[in-house]
Amino acid sequence: MSEAVYIVGAGVHPFGRTEGRSGQDQALVAIRVALADAGLDWSDIQFAYGGSHAAGNADAMVSRLGLTGMQFINVKNGCATGGSALFGVAATIRSGEFDLGLAVGFDKHPRGAFNDMPSDWGLPDWVGETGLMLTTQFFATKIQRYMFEHGISETTLGRVAEKAFENGTLADHAWRRMPVDLETILQSQMLSDPLTKYMFCSPAEGAAALILASETRARQIGGPMIKLDAAAMRTRPPGSFEVFAPSIDVVRGGTATELASRAAYEAAGIGPEDIDLAQVQDAEAGGEIMHMAENGFCKDGEQEQWLAEGRTRIDGRLPINTDGGCLACGEPIGASGLRQVYENVVQLRGAAGARQVPGDPRVGYTHVYGAPGVSAVTILSR
Amino acid sequence: MQTRPIADGVWTDEQPPRLIGGRDRETGRIVFPMPAGGEAERYEAVPLAREGTIWSWTVQRFPPKAPPYAGPEAFEPFALAYVELPGEVIVESRLTGFDFDALACGLPVRLTTIPFVEAPDGATLVTYAFEPMP
Repeated sequence: MSEAVYIVGAGVHPFGRTEGRSGQDQALVAIRVALADAGLDWSDIQFAYGGSHAAGNADAMVSRLGLTGMQFINVKNGCATGGSALFGVAATIRSGEFDLGLAVGFDKHPRGAFNDMPSDWGLPDWVGETGLMLTTQFFATKIQRYMFEHGISETTLGRVAEKAFENGTLADHAWRRMPVDLETILQSQMLSDPLTKYMFCSPAEGAAALILASETRARQIGGPMIKLDAAAMRTRPPGSFEVFAPSIDVVRGGTATELASRAAYEAAGIGPEDIDLAQVQDAEAGGEIMHMAENGFCKDGEQEQWLAEGRTRIDGRLPINTDGGCLACGEPIGASGLRQVYENVVQLRGAAGARQVPGDPRVGYTHVYGAPGVSAVTILSR
Repeated sequence: MQTRPIADGVWTDEQPPRLIGGRDRETGRIVFPMPAGGEAERYEAVPLAREGTIWSWTVQRFPPKAPPYAGPEAFEPFALAYVELPGEVIVESRLTGFDFDALACGLPVRLTTIPFVEAPDGATLVTYAFEPMP
């Protein structure tokens, strides 16, 4: 990255379910919190990128925020919506076109959302009719294979969920605020072997907003300087295993996550050993396990020992999903990626209260992954 | 009683049947099912191996949402797998004839067909599944 870009304002609307408040209303709250956090007015914002998966157009919010005539580009990029919005804002500021912009992501999914139909995915109807087209099956079969190849136990899956709920109790914006013990997680209803009820996140609601500025502008604003060292988004390489795949290649390939991760480390000029805390995609407990390795934090199979030793807890060597991740916050698709960045901004400022990572963390990492094989990674530092 | 496949062109008419994949005419990469529409031009239909091993598996323990699911009203949990057909492709399939507790990666399996649901006209729709090797 040539020109340095900084995050000068961050806001969230609590995740979970908020009856009677639309996705856009939740985004407006997050934007106003971010503006207040930066000490700015809406009229200061020169441009924005934003979007949701299923809660409407982001640019429609200008009627509520103020008709300043500013540039507003809608993003619709599945689970990478937030990451793509952030990339757009950062690249625009680096180009010199503008020096102060907004990235916003939001969503509002009803209980049991995501009713995908085969034709939407280019699949024959029989795949859905015979019951072979469920995201839960994809998550289950992917981690099942990983456990077989790399010696990961069900207890380790349970420990991921236990940590998520424990961290969620400490995060104001989290949805699940009650701890759940390991035994309860492992003994809860088996939904799709090896994943039990408590190992899956649920469709949810929420919004997150970030205000980015050039270095010059950020210094004028005068708040804490949180630098965006990298924002990368990538699609899948050959031989990856994605949701709703009726077949996969015998010659196994890499993942979108590995590509995005590599690009981000390269842009930031650092490696996984330099990361002080990370937020990684945990739509289910297995995802966090696999993404620990795909993002370079450990080798395949080492997660067993990492979790047993508590290395990813808030007081561990590499805290992961310090606000409870998707397991505790739920998954509003358009908002999750920016929630992760929000969490790292708060942590790097040392303002995370009860869930503050000790030891004065300096470098934070975020990662989302989703259908049909997209991933977005950011690296922040101060 | 009349029976017919859940769709045409998914497996061969022979007994025992084979799944029909598509081989990329340029790269030789095999996919399943054989692509339809414009994408089909790149592929030639090829019958796949009858026997393979379980690459990964799970059990569908709750009723899938309908639509798209069109199974019998009384839901019975079912096992499913990605089955590796050596040197060809890894295909998603129902499993039949397994104790759920006995499922594991690496088990040898072979293709068969099983009754799936009764169609409105009274015919039995049949789908494909892999079963344990005898």
